[in-house]
Amino acid sequence: MSTIEIAGKTIELDADGNLANAADWSEDLARELAKIEGIEELTDRHWQVINYMRKVYEEDGGAPSIRKLTKESGVETKELYSLFPKGPAKKSARIAGLPKPKGCI
Amino acid sequence: MAEPIEKVSIVVSHGSLEGVYPGLIMANGARMEGIEATLFFTFFGLDAIIDKRMDNLSVATVGNSAMRMPGGMKMPTWLGAIPGMEAFATYMMKKEMEKIDIPPVREFLEMIHDAGGDIYACKATVDMFHLSEKDFCEQMDEIITVGEFYEKSAGAEIIFT
Repeated sequence: MSTIEIAGKTIELDADGNLANAADWSEDLARELAKIEGIEELTDRHWQVINYMRKVYEEDGGAPSIRKLTKESGVETKELYSLFPKGPAKKSARIAGLPKPKGCI
Repeated sequence: MAEPIEKVSIVVSHGSLEGVYPGLIMANGARMEGIEATLFFTFFGLDAIIDKRMDNLSVATVGNSAMRMPGGMKMPTWLGAIPGMEAFATYMMKKEMEKIDIPPVREFLEMIHDAGGDIYACKATVDMFHLSEKDFCEQMDEIITVGEFYEKSAGAEIIFT
Protein backbone atom coordinates (compact mmCIF):
# COMPACT_ATOMS: atom_id res chain seq x y z
CA MET A 1 0.00 0.00 0.00
CA SER A 2 1.34 3.41 -0.93
CA THR A 3 0.03 6.94 -1.04
CA ILE A 4 0.27 9.89 -3.43
CA GLU A 5 -0.18 13.59 -2.89
CA ILE A 6 -2.70 15.11 -5.26
CA ALA A 7 -3.80 18.73 -4.96
CA GLY A 8 -2.69 18.82 -1.32
CA LYS A 9 -4.60 15.67 -0.43
CA THR A 10 -3.09 12.31 0.51
CA ILE A 11 -4.66 9.49 -1.50
CA GLU A 12 -4.20 5.82 -0.66
CA LEU A 13 -3.35 3.39 -3.49
CA ASP A 14 -3.66 -0.39 -3.66
CA ALA A 15 -0.83 -2.79 -4.55
CA ASP A 16 -1.40 -2.19 -8.30
CA GLY A 17 -1.22 1.58 -7.91
CA ASN A 18 -4.98 2.09 -8.34
CA LEU A 19 -7.20 3.92 -5.87
CA ALA A 20 -7.62 1.97 -2.62
CA ASN A 21 -10.85 3.76 -1.67
CA ALA A 22 -13.41 4.28 -4.41
CA ALA A 23 -14.89 7.12 -2.34
CA ASP A 24 -11.76 9.23 -2.98
CA TRP A 25 -12.64 9.47 -6.67
CA SER A 26 -13.89 12.67 -8.25
CA GLU A 27 -13.75 14.08 -11.76
CA ASP A 28 -11.02 16.47 -10.67
CA LEU A 29 -9.02 13.58 -9.26
CA ALA A 30 -9.50 11.69 -12.55
CA ARG A 31 -7.90 14.62 -14.40
CA GLU A 32 -4.90 14.47 -12.07
CA LEU A 33 -4.63 10.68 -12.35
CA ALA A 34 -4.72 11.03 -16.14
CA LYS A 35 -1.81 13.48 -16.05
CA ILE A 36 0.23 10.96 -14.07
CA GLU A 37 -0.51 8.45 -16.86
CA GLY A 38 0.69 10.96 -19.45
CA ILE A 39 -2.74 12.07 -20.66
CA GLU A 40 -2.65 15.86 -20.42
CA GLU A 41 -6.29 16.52 -21.13
CA LEU A 42 -9.35 14.29 -20.80
CA THR A 43 -11.59 14.81 -23.83
CA ASP A 44 -15.26 13.87 -24.19
CA ARG A 45 -14.12 10.61 -25.77
CA HIS A 46 -11.95 9.79 -22.75
CA TRP A 47 -14.91 10.52 -20.48
CA GLN A 48 -17.14 8.27 -22.53
CA VAL A 49 -14.79 5.37 -21.78
CA ILE A 50 -14.27 6.34 -18.12
CA ASN A 51 -18.00 6.68 -17.48
CA TYR A 52 -18.67 3.37 -19.21
CA MET A 53 -16.02 1.65 -17.04
CA ARG A 54 -17.58 3.09 -13.90
CA LYS A 55 -21.05 2.02 -15.00
CA VAL A 56 -19.96 -1.58 -15.63
CA TYR A 57 -18.12 -1.67 -12.33
CA GLU A 58 -21.19 -0.45 -10.50
CA GLU A 59 -23.39 -3.07 -12.18
CA ASP A 60 -21.05 -6.10 -12.24
CA GLY A 61 -18.44 -5.29 -9.61
CA GLY A 62 -15.64 -5.80 -12.13
CA ALA A 63 -14.01 -4.26 -15.19
CA PRO A 64 -15.36 -5.19 -18.66
CA SER A 65 -13.29 -7.32 -21.05
CA ILE A 66 -11.58 -5.38 -23.84
CA ARG A 67 -14.05 -7.00 -26.24
CA LYS A 68 -17.01 -5.71 -24.24
CA LEU A 69 -15.35 -2.33 -23.90
CA THR A 70 -14.92 -2.14 -27.68
CA LYS A 71 -18.45 -3.25 -28.41
CA GLU A 72 -20.42 -1.36 -25.80
CA SER A 73 -18.57 1.83 -24.90
CA GLY A 74 -19.14 3.37 -28.32
CA VAL A 75 -15.38 3.77 -28.78
CA GLU A 76 -13.68 1.30 -31.15
CA THR A 77 -10.42 -0.57 -30.56
CA LYS A 78 -8.22 1.75 -32.65
CA GLU A 79 -9.47 4.86 -30.91
CA LEU A 80 -9.28 3.20 -27.49
CA TYR A 81 -5.58 2.61 -27.99
CA SER A 82 -5.00 6.16 -29.20
CA LEU A 83 -6.94 7.64 -26.25
CA PHE A 84 -5.21 5.41 -23.71
CA PRO A 85 -1.84 4.41 -25.13
CA LYS A 86 -0.11 1.52 -23.34
CA GLY A 87 -3.28 -0.35 -22.43
CA PRO A 88 -6.82 1.09 -22.61
CA ALA A 89 -8.49 -1.25 -20.10
CA LYS A 90 -5.75 -0.91 -17.50
CA LYS A 91 -5.29 2.85 -17.87
CA SER A 92 -8.95 3.78 -18.08
CA ALA A 93 -9.69 1.66 -14.99
CA ARG A 94 -6.99 3.48 -13.06
CA ILE A 95 -8.23 6.91 -14.12
CA ALA A 96 -11.81 5.85 -13.38
CA GLY A 97 -10.75 5.04 -9.82
CA LEU A 98 -11.37 1.30 -10.19
CA PRO A 99 -9.17 -1.71 -9.38
CA LYS A 100 -7.00 -3.21 -12.12
CA PRO A 101 -9.08 -5.38 -14.54
CA LYS A 102 -8.71 -9.08 -13.74
CA GLY A 103 -9.65 -10.85 -17.00
CA CYS A 104 -7.31 -12.17 -19.71
CA ILE A 105 -9.31 -10.77 -22.62
CA MET B 1 13.71 -5.50 -10.32
CA ALA B 2 13.92 -7.21 -13.72
CA GLU B 3 13.30 -5.14 -16.85
CA PRO B 4 9.66 -5.27 -18.02
CA ILE B 5 8.93 -6.92 -21.36
CA GLU B 6 8.44 -4.30 -24.08
CA LYS B 7 7.92 -6.37 -27.19
CA VAL B 8 6.86 -9.93 -28.08
CA SER B 9 6.99 -11.87 -31.34
CA ILE B 10 4.63 -14.81 -31.28
CA VAL B 11 4.95 -17.69 -33.75
CA VAL B 12 1.76 -19.67 -34.39
CA SER B 13 2.59 -22.98 -36.05
CA HIS B 14 -0.56 -25.09 -35.49
CA GLY B 15 -3.88 -24.76 -37.25
CA SER B 16 -6.24 -26.36 -34.73
CA LEU B 17 -8.43 -24.19 -32.55
CA GLU B 18 -6.39 -25.01 -29.46
CA GLY B 19 -3.21 -24.45 -31.43
CA VAL B 20 -4.19 -20.97 -32.57
CA TYR B 21 -5.87 -19.40 -29.55
CA PRO B 22 -2.97 -19.33 -27.08
CA GLY B 23 -1.01 -17.14 -29.52
CA LEU B 24 -3.97 -14.83 -30.10
CA ILE B 25 -4.68 -14.48 -26.39
CA MET B 26 -1.03 -13.75 -25.67
CA ALA B 27 -0.81 -11.16 -28.46
CA ASN B 28 -3.98 -9.38 -27.38
CA GLY B 29 -2.90 -9.57 -23.73
CA ALA B 30 0.42 -8.01 -24.67
CA ARG B 31 -1.25 -5.06 -26.37
CA MET B 32 -3.53 -4.61 -23.36
CA GLU B 33 -0.42 -4.28 -21.19
CA GLY B 34 1.10 -1.76 -23.55
CA ILE B 35 3.56 -4.33 -24.93
CA GLU B 36 4.26 -4.31 -28.69
CA ALA B 37 3.07 -7.52 -30.35
CA THR B 38 3.84 -9.27 -33.63
CA LEU B 39 2.12 -12.45 -34.79
CA PHE B 40 3.91 -14.67 -37.30
CA PHE B 41 1.84 -17.51 -38.79
CA THR B 42 3.67 -20.48 -40.21
CA PHE B 43 2.90 -24.02 -41.47
CA PHE B 44 -0.66 -25.06 -40.55
CA GLY B 45 -0.92 -21.98 -38.36
CA LEU B 46 -1.55 -20.10 -41.61
CA ASP B 47 -5.12 -21.45 -41.59
CA ALA B 48 -5.91 -18.87 -38.90
CA ILE B 49 -5.38 -16.02 -41.36
CA ILE B 50 -6.57 -17.69 -44.58
CA ASP B 51 -9.84 -15.97 -45.38
CA LYS B 52 -11.74 -19.09 -46.40
CA ARG B 53 -10.51 -21.25 -43.51
CA MET B 54 -10.21 -19.00 -40.46
CA ASP B 55 -13.89 -19.28 -39.49
CA ASN B 56 -13.79 -23.08 -39.58
CA LEU B 57 -10.88 -24.10 -37.39
CA SER B 58 -11.56 -27.13 -35.21
CA VAL B 59 -10.36 -28.86 -32.07
CA ALA B 60 -8.00 -31.78 -32.76
CA THR B 61 -9.64 -34.76 -31.04
CA VAL B 62 -7.37 -37.44 -32.49
CA GLY B 63 -4.15 -38.10 -30.63
CA ASN B 64 -5.01 -35.71 -27.81
CA SER B 65 -4.48 -37.71 -24.63
CA ALA B 66 -5.60 -34.83 -22.40
CA MET B 67 -9.07 -34.74 -23.96
CA ARG B 68 -11.95 -34.95 -21.46
CA MET B 69 -15.61 -35.67 -21.97
CA PRO B 70 -18.29 -33.35 -20.62
CA GLY B 71 -18.35 -34.19 -16.91
CA GLY B 72 -14.59 -34.50 -16.72
CA MET B 73 -14.05 -38.21 -17.51
CA LYS B 74 -10.99 -38.92 -19.60
CA MET B 75 -11.87 -39.62 -23.23
CA PRO B 76 -10.35 -42.79 -24.73
CA THR B 77 -8.19 -41.56 -27.59
CA TRP B 78 -9.84 -43.88 -30.15
CA LEU B 79 -13.17 -42.12 -29.47
CA GLY B 80 -11.71 -38.97 -30.93
CA ALA B 81 -11.71 -40.56 -34.36
CA ILE B 82 -15.46 -41.23 -34.41
CA PRO B 83 -17.33 -39.13 -37.00
CA GLY B 84 -18.83 -36.03 -35.42
CA MET B 85 -16.46 -36.01 -32.45
CA GLU B 86 -14.31 -33.20 -33.81
CA ALA B 87 -17.38 -31.09 -34.60
CA PHE B 88 -18.79 -31.74 -31.15
CA ALA B 89 -15.58 -30.86 -29.31
CA THR B 90 -15.24 -27.73 -31.45
CA TYR B 91 -18.80 -26.70 -30.71
CA MET B 92 -18.26 -27.20 -26.99
CA MET B 93 -15.04 -25.23 -26.91
CA LYS B 94 -16.46 -22.33 -28.92
CA LYS B 95 -19.45 -22.21 -26.60
CA GLU B 96 -17.26 -22.07 -23.49
CA MET B 97 -15.02 -19.43 -25.04
CA GLU B 98 -17.98 -17.22 -25.89
CA LYS B 99 -19.05 -17.41 -22.22
CA ILE B 100 -15.80 -15.83 -21.08
CA ASP B 101 -15.85 -13.29 -23.91
CA ILE B 102 -13.10 -14.78 -26.08
CA PRO B 103 -13.98 -13.64 -29.62
CA PRO B 104 -14.06 -15.88 -32.72
CA VAL B 105 -10.74 -16.03 -34.62
CA ARG B 106 -11.66 -13.40 -37.24
CA GLU B 107 -12.93 -10.87 -34.72
CA PHE B 108 -9.95 -11.54 -32.43
CA LEU B 109 -7.50 -10.86 -35.26
CA GLU B 110 -9.32 -7.64 -36.13
CA MET B 111 -9.07 -6.58 -32.47
CA ILE B 112 -5.35 -7.37 -32.29
CA HIS B 113 -4.70 -5.59 -35.58
CA ASP B 114 -6.71 -2.51 -34.57
CA ALA B 115 -4.81 -2.52 -31.29
CA GLY B 116 -1.60 -2.08 -33.28
CA GLY B 117 -0.45 -5.70 -33.42
CA ASP B 118 1.30 -6.74 -36.67
CA ILE B 119 0.22 -9.88 -38.51
CA TYR B 120 2.60 -11.71 -40.84
CA ALA B 121 2.50 -14.87 -42.95
CA CYS B 122 5.54 -17.11 -43.44
CA LYS B 123 6.87 -16.99 -47.00
CA ALA B 124 8.24 -20.54 -47.03
CA THR B 125 4.81 -21.92 -46.10
CA VAL B 126 3.01 -19.66 -48.57
CA ASP B 127 5.26 -21.01 -51.33
CA MET B 128 4.98 -24.60 -50.15
CA PHE B 129 1.16 -24.52 -50.08
CA HIS B 130 0.94 -22.50 -53.34
CA LEU B 131 -0.84 -19.60 -51.66
CA SER B 132 -0.77 -15.91 -52.51
CA GLU B 133 -1.64 -12.57 -50.90
CA LYS B 134 -5.28 -12.75 -52.02
CA ASP B 135 -5.90 -15.93 -50.00
CA PHE B 136 -5.46 -14.06 -46.72
CA CYS B 137 -7.75 -11.95 -44.54
CA GLU B 138 -7.32 -8.21 -44.85
CA GLN B 139 -5.56 -7.96 -41.47
CA MET B 140 -2.53 -9.84 -42.82
CA ASP B 141 0.10 -7.12 -43.19
CA GLU B 142 2.77 -8.85 -45.22
CA ILE B 143 4.23 -12.17 -46.34
CA ILE B 144 7.76 -12.23 -44.93
CA THR B 145 10.81 -14.48 -44.88
CA VAL B 146 12.28 -15.90 -41.71
CA GLY B 147 15.10 -13.36 -42.02
CA GLU B 148 12.62 -10.51 -42.09
CA PHE B 149 10.85 -12.06 -39.12
CA TYR B 150 14.05 -11.83 -37.10
CA GLU B 151 14.63 -8.27 -38.27
CA LYS B 152 11.13 -7.26 -37.20
CA SER B 153 11.63 -9.08 -33.90
CA ALA B 154 14.62 -6.95 -32.92
CA GLY B 155 14.47 -6.41 -29.16
CA ALA B 156 11.49 -8.76 -28.78
CA GLU B 157 10.94 -11.90 -26.79
CA ILE B 158 10.18 -14.67 -29.32
CA ILE B 159 7.43 -17.07 -28.25
CA PHE B 160 6.80 -20.24 -30.25
CA THR B 161 3.37 -21.85 -30.03
